Amino acid sequence: MLDLSADELTAIRLSLRVSLVAVAGSLLPAIGVAWLLARRRFPGIVLLEGLVHLPLTLPPVVTGYLLLLLFGRKGAIGAFLDEHLGLVFAFRWTGAALAAAVMGFPLLVRSIRLSLELLDERLEEAAATLGAPPPFVFLTVTLPLIGPGIVAGAVLAFARAMGEFGATITFVSNIPGETQTLATAIYTYTQIPGGDAAALRLVLVSVLLSVAALVVSEGLDRRGRRKVRGR
Amino acid sequence: MSLSVSVRQAYGGFGLDASFESPGGLTALFGPSGCGKTSIVRFIAGLLRPQHGRLVLDDSVLVDTAAGRCVPPHRRGIGYVFQEPRLLPHLSVRQNLLYGHWFARHFRRAHGQAIGFERVVELLGIGGLLGRPPGALSGGEAQRVAIGRALLASPRLLLMDEPFASIDEVRKAEILPYIERLRDELQIPIVYVSHALDEVVRLASTLVVLERGRVLAQGPLAGVLSRIDLPNLARRLDAGVVLDAEVVEHDLRWQLTRLRIRAGDLLVPRLALAPGRTVRVWVRARDVSLATEAPGATSLLNVLPARVLELAPGAGATMDVRLDCGGDALLARITRLSAERLQLHPGRRLQALIKGVSFQALEA
Repeated sequence: MLDLSADELTAIRLSLRVSLVAVAGSLLPAIGVAWLLARRRFPGIVLLEGLVHLPLTLPPVVTGYLLLLLFGRKGAIGAFLDEHLGLVFAFRWTGAALAAAVMGFPLLVRSIRLSLELLDERLEEAAATLGAPPPFVFLTVTLPLIGPGIVAGAVLAFARAMGEFGATITFVSNIPGETQTLATAIYTYTQIPGGDAAALRLVLVSVLLSVAALVVSEGLDRRGRRKVRGR
Repeated sequence: MSLSVSVRQAYGGFGLDASFESPGGLTALFGPSGCGKTSIVRFIAGLLRPQHGRLVLDDSVLVDTAAGRCVPPHRRGIGYVFQEPRLLPHLSVRQNLLYGHWFARHFRRAHGQAIGFERVVELLGIGGLLGRPPGALSGGEAQRVAIGRALLASPRLLLMDEPFASIDEVRKAEILPYIERLRDELQIPIVYVSHALDEVVRLASTLVVLERGRVLAQGPLAGVLSRIDLPNLARRLDAGVVLDAEVVEHDLRWQLTRLRIRAGDLLVPRLALAPGRTVRVWVRARDVSLATEAPGATSLLNVLPARVLELAPGAGATMDVRLDCGGDALLARITRLSAERLQLHPGRRLQALIKGVSFQALEA
């Protein structure tokens, strides 16, 4: 049944790559933003919070179109990156990764922020009285203790990236081998006569990957929480 | 060691305005809950930045708000044992113990003598726990590990904020001797917060009495304890004084120990201490009776000549009497009626009578 064609395999591989790059690339900024939102009070915090959560409320097509405006070849940021760093997003897999990262970002930030807020700050105080400078407190106490939250957020964001459709197709189109991900490939197969079998195969793969991601995250989460509880 | 603390901070409806000095040893901050004890130790540790404050430890100025100076907690070299153990849950007991040790060795010129890992483990009796995660420890074990962790950071001052708050009496009795050993064997200056008089009387060399954010009294323990003008101390049911005594001999037949204090000898229930050792005894005011002359036949074993220094009527029927007993202060709590019958007044000479079984020896 799972006799996948070369095109289908390409779409799967591309989807995995796009999602992994999206999550890996947004991890550090997400930890930073979550820390700011959880621990700092500054003017403009509401604005930052709104901006981070915008992709959750905007229609994905709108997000995709905004990305196109900003990161397209002629876009304000896109032109600059192209010129100075040689980094092109428009109609490339990197653009698909950017779209997936933006869509998954609020989920990642939310999860990390929640575990930061639940973290017992008294432990960080204790570490400081033991002589640990603030960066070391963060690396040796804060980060390990919010680990489960980071993992949970990363899995959510990964799953979101795997399923990303609207923003991706608007921003980078649906080019086989370059920007055709699992989701856009399924959509394409449902649009052509006789594509039902291929679509079904990819749907099955999609389900398997989602279940696998959940199982892995559950396992990591349990282990992490046990460790954080100190048992 | 010398510590000078001065802190002023206005909270909503509650102000903290306290200054005290400590010459070293164990300084107890004593007072009811909410009197500002914890705020003061948090200030000393650097976890609380007051509006006005000055903190000098030996020759280093750690805080001087007037000069805009405030050394961050990790550079103060001040250990802190919190009310709860606060062990890092993702590290083993051994890693917790070595956490501050590592920073002390790599980031900070360690102050005072560095205390070795083995020494601390032995001192606190935590050798069997090293491989365990903190979650698998009992409250008393965890608190001992927390003390060891603070010690291994080589602090030049150790803060202990009601370290027995979350521990039952049995565990407390188990840990108190360890704190005495820190004080006496390692000679680490300690600032100890407590609202339990028995802990203070047993451990402290200097006593600072706090109430509502103010210092009511401060000074050597025996002197402050013998004051009868401090409501929170003197009105207590267990008000009393401490006396330093020397063990003279044991009477095996009657299971008694003879102790020598300045005013004479005391017979108390037998102590497991060699003659020549000194011991701190706590004599509660309610266990001391007064008589104008030495009584004839009586069950009272201890009769000491004394002189009335000061009288303070309590609420209701009681009268607190401060006595001079050969240079030591003694408190007696009698009824106002008895005071009238004995015609007590400052300067009056009489006999202080203390039941032998009422003594509580506090330390070895």
